[in-house]
Amino acid sequence: MLKSLNIDPEKCTGCLQCEMACSYENEGVFNTSKSRIKVFDFHHEGRQVPYTCTQCAEAWCLHACPVDAIKLNAGTGAKIVLDDVCVGCKVCTIACPFGTVNYNHDTGKVMKCDLCGGDPACATACPTGAITYVNADWTGLDKMRKWAAKTDTQPRA
Amino acid sequence: MAWHRKVLRVNLTKGTCVAEPMNMEWADQYLGQRGLATKYFVEEVDAKVDPLSPENKIMFVTGPLTGTMASTGGRYSVVTKGPLTGAIACSNSGGYIGAEMRFAGWDMVIVEGKAAKPVYLHIENEKAQLLPAEDFIWGKTVWETEKLIKTKHQDPQMRVCSVGRPAEKGVLYAAVVNDLHRAAGRSGVGTVMGSKNLKAIAIRGTKGVGGVVKPKEFFESVNAGKKVLAENAVTSQGLPKYGTQVLMNILNEMGASPTRNHKDSQFEGAHKISGEAMHEKRASDGKANLTTNQACFGCTIACGRISTIDPTHFTVKDKGGYLGNSGGLEYEAAWALGNAIGVDDIDALTYVNFLCNEDGLDPITFGATIGAVMELYEMGVISKEEIGFECKFGDAKALVKLAEMTCQGEGFGKIVGLGSKRLTEKYGHPELSMSCKGQEFPAYDGRALQGMGLAYATSNRGGCHLRGYTVASEVLGIPFKTDPQSTEEKPELLKAFQDATAVVDSTGLCVFTTFAWGLPDIQPQIQAACEGDWSLEKLNLVGERIWNLEREFNLRAGFTAKDDTLPNRFLVEGIKNGPLKGAVTRLDIMMPKYYELRGWDAEGVPTAETKQRLGL
Repeated sequence: MLKSLNIDPEKCTGCLQCEMACSYENEGVFNTSKSRIKVFDFHHEGRQVPYTCTQCAEAWCLHACPVDAIKLNAGTGAKIVLDDVCVGCKVCTIACPFGTVNYNHDTGKVMKCDLCGGDPACATACPTGAITYVNADWTGLDKMRKWAAKTDTQPRA
Repeated sequence: MAWHRKVLRVNLTKGTCVAEPMNMEWADQYLGQRGLATKYFVEEVDAKVDPLSPENKIMFVTGPLTGTMASTGGRYSVVTKGPLTGAIACSNSGGYIGAEMRFAGWDMVIVEGKAAKPVYLHIENEKAQLLPAEDFIWGKTVWETEKLIKTKHQDPQMRVCSVGRPAEKGVLYAAVVNDLHRAAGRSGVGTVMGSKNLKAIAIRGTKGVGGVVKPKEFFESVNAGKKVLAENAVTSQGLPKYGTQVLMNILNEMGASPTRNHKDSQFEGAHKISGEAMHEKRASDGKANLTTNQACFGCTIACGRISTIDPTHFTVKDKGGYLGNSGGLEYEAAWALGNAIGVDDIDALTYVNFLCNEDGLDPITFGATIGAVMELYEMGVISKEEIGFECKFGDAKALVKLAEMTCQGEGFGKIVGLGSKRLTEKYGHPELSMSCKGQEFPAYDGRALQGMGLAYATSNRGGCHLRGYTVASEVLGIPFKTDPQSTEEKPELLKAFQDATAVVDSTGLCVFTTFAWGLPDIQPQIQAACEGDWSLEKLNLVGERIWNLEREFNLRAGFTAKDDTLPNRFLVEGIKNGPLKGAVTRLDIMMPKYYELRGWDAEGVPTAETKQRLGL
């Protein structure tokens, strides 16, 4: 079963444990500026929203790469950057409509979410369940259940 | 080692920013943050220094766990000599800037001297520079300052701490505010920053925190700690749902909520400004005061309040601004702006809380000072003409006007900016200042809770709940229940809390974890992150060493045993009404025992033997 990151912003407190888990998993240091997942604080609206790559099936980044440095991991569905092939041209960062591929000036390569090979550190670290790793075909299941509970509430005949 | 071992020394007089190695011997003796910076401070600054002179220094310091995945590991402290108190000042803040300092490769920033013209410090990894603040952010609020700096540097990910207009104008309890609504709030640390013409520190770090000594053990202990927080009712339910405001009704019902400048001990309007009230939907727009909770960096508790003001309320109706969400009421602020002055208007309180964040003001000292003003007004000592309007207890409009005037440094606001000690002295009634060593008491009645009475009288930074929170035991039964009225074992309890808190304040972690954690939960996290021995025994010794180091500084600054006292309202008058009527703080019983336990002589001075035992 293919799995996918599922984000529920309503549960996010803005603690950034996900960003640290991501940077530690990928770079070996705690550093939010090296995280592939980012939490955005819409302060005046009182909302915190995590956002990262959703692993498009037809990935813009993958198709745009001139040196074929972005490959599909068939096991996880993740589009992963091959660091030894990437030349740091950043064309993928332009191609991605969502901004989730970014350049890392320390390595001279681009970085994006690779689902940690199938065990995403951000989801493990999230203390509130705002980030979970679930069946990719049914990321809407919890929302459906919530709405389903609101239907058919009339007393039975 | 999770440390970078790097200190940035900024000399404002010379205009220099110089990197220097951190004194690791001191880090071994004082851990980090509060302990380490206090050691630096007492070694480098004369205890007699005028807090607002260029000779005073101000230190921004992290702990070894700041910027790591340890839960709540985002704290930093501001250490200086406080202008409100004349004592050692150490104010602790969360938000994100502490972690950012470590991400930039620095463990501490020491600021000395005074800039000829207003400046701000810009740190981008190893690059640190002083930039002009004049005609840019000087004269602006904290909120405007953060926005202007981020815009100028085109960096929305930068973290900023700054002071507002009260600090520039010399209000003695100005705060350093970071990330819009997190503050190193007490003792006037912001006033010191303002006196040095340092408006803000803006930090961007892309290096990160590495070098954890034992990564496997670190993650095991950090995860075990998070599990404890997630399974504790206070840290997993009470604090996320109600914030520290979970305490408002509890303290009030037991008659331990100082009201109207400590004239009363129960506030009839407490339920209208409580954590529960923040959840109630209002008539105007159907929204509750509280929008959501929010965490500081790395925190798995998330007690922060994000609130809005009723759009039809008089405070915002004709202003246009203040309609969005921002940092809402936590317990101490709600109490100081509410109970302490008898105001039960939750929107007025939220508005004034916004102002305190926006302009950098300590709401505890501000509210308690207004309490003294209102008592003097009702006594006829301060006139309507002098203030400019009526100023009786319970008047929300007077509270709001005085807050605006204090932020702007106008009219009677200048006098309010002195704090209650100087203000009541000016009007010939020093007995009406509810303070110790110049700093006002927070939201727990020190007559109802004997441990807190002793805590206020012995706190090294003046009246304060965060130096030894015996409320945990006396009210909540953490780690065990004690009778609030009993003086029995309170000196022992307080000493244990004070020493343990000094350790927590030196780690980079938040003291709120200790609703669920004891030092045995924290110790393995330190041990795994840092080199050397960090046994429980050593940590306890470090805590006691820090306490005595601060004490000795205060003694050199001129404080004596006579200053370890409380107002007559605590010691003689007592509680006038409510379930604990007649209660006084029995310092006469507790203080001698406390000095003895501390290894101090009858004058409150650490004995030679104590100093030797602690390596001082």
